[in-house]
Amino acid sequence: MKYLGVLLIASALLQGQALDPALLNKPLGESWPTYSGDYSGKRYSALTQINQLNVRNLTLAWVSRVTAGPGNAGGRGGGAPTIVGGEGTAGDTGGFGGTPNIRASILEVNGILYLSSPDNAWAVDARDGHEYWHYFWKTRGGTHIGNRGLGMWGNWLYMETPDDYLICLDATTGKERWHKEIANFNQQYFSTMSPVVIGNHVLIGTGNDLDEPGYVQSRDPETGEIQWTFHTVPMAKGDLGLDTWGSLDGARHGAGNVWIPGVYDPETHLYIVGTGNPSPAYTNPPSRAGDNLYTCSIVGINVDTGKMAWYYQFSPHETHDWDSTETPILVDGLFKGKPRKMVLHADRSGYFYVLDRLTGEHLLTSKFSDGANWAKGINEKGQPIRDVEKDSTVPGSLVSPNNGGATNWPPPAYSPDTGLMYVPTNDAFAMYYLTETDPRGAMGLGGKEEDGLGSLGSYLTAIDYKTGKVAWRHRYPGTGGNIGNGMLTTAGKLLFAGDAGGNLVAYNPLNGTILWHTHLGQISNAPETYMLDGHQQILVAAGDTLYAFTLY
Amino acid sequence: MRNKAALAILAVTIAATAQTPPAAAGRGVGRAQAQPARPSAFPDHPPGDPASIERGRAIWGVNCNFCHGSDARGGEGGPNLLRSELVLNDQKGELIAPVVQNGKGEMPPIKLTRDQITDVAAYVHSFHVGGYDISRMKPPSILVGDAKAGEAYFNATCTPCHSITGDLKGIGAKFTDPKQLQNGFLMPGGGRGGNGGSRGPFHVPPTTVTVTLASGKKVEGTLGRIDDFIVTLTEPDGAQRTFRRDGNTPKVEVHDPMEAHKKLLTKYTDQDIHNLTSYLVTVK
Repeated sequence: MKYLGVLLIASALLQGQALDPALLNKPLGESWPTYSGDYSGKRYSALTQINQLNVRNLTLAWVSRVTAGPGNAGGRGGGAPTIVGGEGTAGDTGGFGGTPNIRASILEVNGILYLSSPDNAWAVDARDGHEYWHYFWKTRGGTHIGNRGLGMWGNWLYMETPDDYLICLDATTGKERWHKEIANFNQQYFSTMSPVVIGNHVLIGTGNDLDEPGYVQSRDPETGEIQWTFHTVPMAKGDLGLDTWGSLDGARHGAGNVWIPGVYDPETHLYIVGTGNPSPAYTNPPSRAGDNLYTCSIVGINVDTGKMAWYYQFSPHETHDWDSTETPILVDGLFKGKPRKMVLHADRSGYFYVLDRLTGEHLLTSKFSDGANWAKGINEKGQPIRDVEKDSTVPGSLVSPNNGGATNWPPPAYSPDTGLMYVPTNDAFAMYYLTETDPRGAMGLGGKEEDGLGSLGSYLTAIDYKTGKVAWRHRYPGTGGNIGNGMLTTAGKLLFAGDAGGNLVAYNPLNGTILWHTHLGQISNAPETYMLDGHQQILVAAGDTLYAFTLY
Repeated sequence: MRNKAALAILAVTIAATAQTPPAAAGRGVGRAQAQPARPSAFPDHPPGDPASIERGRAIWGVNCNFCHGSDARGGEGGPNLLRSELVLNDQKGELIAPVVQNGKGEMPPIKLTRDQITDVAAYVHSFHVGGYDISRMKPPSILVGDAKAGEAYFNATCTPCHSITGDLKGIGAKFTDPKQLQNGFLMPGGGRGGNGGSRGPFHVPPTTVTVTLASGKKVEGTLGRIDDFIVTLTEPDGAQRTFRRDGNTPKVEVHDPMEAHKKLLTKYTDQDIHNLTSYLVTVK
């Protein structure tokens, strides 16, 4: 009953904290109501209170640590009640527990932060990091690689779980409203994606490492019922793209999973999202002969109907598990002197692309990774031409990037002040050995052995979309080779990023000059910003700990 | 290069940034790799009755093998059943039975009793199914190169630093797996993920750093941590020192012993690598 009392108090505190849907259509500034802050994927905040002149005075506002699992231990944030849900038993033993590593985008709405790690969600006071509630999901299992964040609609929050449920929580209390199975656990799906709410659609996707087909799905925010499903691979005779596979069974086991949220163009009602690699990832059975549409592509899906308006495939018949799920960015600007509505994308394979987002028309391809050596050139459609000799081979192929990629899920950013896109990049090499010589190939990620050979360098890379060229890049010192963390840009002419050494750094977005830093240890998500009581805040996570910075 | 100061590679653990990290990153995926501390992400079917599995194997060999392969991964016309949704959902033949008894698509009905189908299901479910599919073939040798061409490449490219009568004397005899030799000469300080540690018989000197203070004094040692703001080194007497970095002050020079090897990564052809390996295995 003590538990209930606490809940009631929390409930009273949190009255009237619902998300105003109008916020979602505004450019980023006062709050952070969705995965990328706004729908454009730019991670560019209009806030200017913290700027180049005063960033050196940025100071710690608070620190708060969260604790995962079924207990009520609480962190430094202070032992809020844990609400336990779930269909599994693993949580009883803490089997998938451990210290959370917050890789997620964190929502900030009306002074409250909503954050997540696999199986866990928290509401935290944005003014001092005090925990309001903690929700824990007892899992059936699934790959616990990360959770990318929560979606919000009115007073409801949405979270995916590694064992393939979409959970709806009451943002005020953390109490579960319902949960729905969104993928078949038996087929070894696992779900990490941050749900994105657009109008009355909750958009979701899942992951899979066993050849099973990828999809984007829209769910009703009130009931969780399916509104539409868009498969990224052909699923039936007559489906478009089937002629790019060796067989229907190959297509239906061709993956293309969608695990990073897309962006949204309110003008065209298109949800624009990157798709995963084809499967089996490293082997080439006859069933996968062809370009393997719509894997390693960007697709524009009408959010009302679930129908695809256009697609562009970056890597036909991809063979290194370099998916194309990295967040696209919507930019309006000049291209070759003409105003264009575009989408920019920096691909895990080391190439950068500009497309027209109204039509999917290809405008530009360039290579941003010095290492990338897997293509023989660019074809007339702007696609790198795969060098089959750089597939995994029995005697070994020396390939860059390594499996981790020239970039990966850590969110990129774009500043309209500079016209530059900011991407964490890495020029790593690996030997790729084919170990499965059965002509039927392996399943999933099997059949190859990869041996890392180190990196020529990891960088914060700024790309000029008009030319595709690297405008500047900052090499992280040392001889290692880790991809850095996600990015944030602001109208205060600042670029924030976690570097490879565990520092939160503010750079000049024009040239990469360092303006401020603080060492936090391993930074694990992309920095965010919002206003609170007239003071701009900068928020970042490092493992299980949140750090908020401000000017006093 | 063996005489140059060399430093190894920052012992930084690779950030698990990929959605699909190697199994070694602790993802329990099956019997062979499952770690006791952590349950398997996707449990296998509970072990079946061995007698039932054996009966199922025999029935499979007669009735199913031709189309679906002896390992259920597909054959002449029939799909891979291990990744089939219906088979993955099946427990004891209850979903498989209607397909076997009634046929499906191009598959004709097959006259098996329900008990026989239970045995077939036990056989099919006895295979491990996972995204990190274990290779079952033993690939042929990786030694496909031309040893003579490898020797010529070695003499043209490697001899400024290395010698088969010196530091690499008998190197071919020190490896039982040519793949380890190949990975080793490509990046002796590499290893999984490319960071840290020597590989087998290759001697890798540490990465060193020289810090030149404003006074002109030089401090040298083994590199510890480095970023844009600090550099940490260990002096020969074991003392660790950390220096604040402010732009180019103090001057910091990192000596990476792998520098020459890294430069070669952008120059080798795969043929060069295979030739070198085929040559080095003969250096005994």
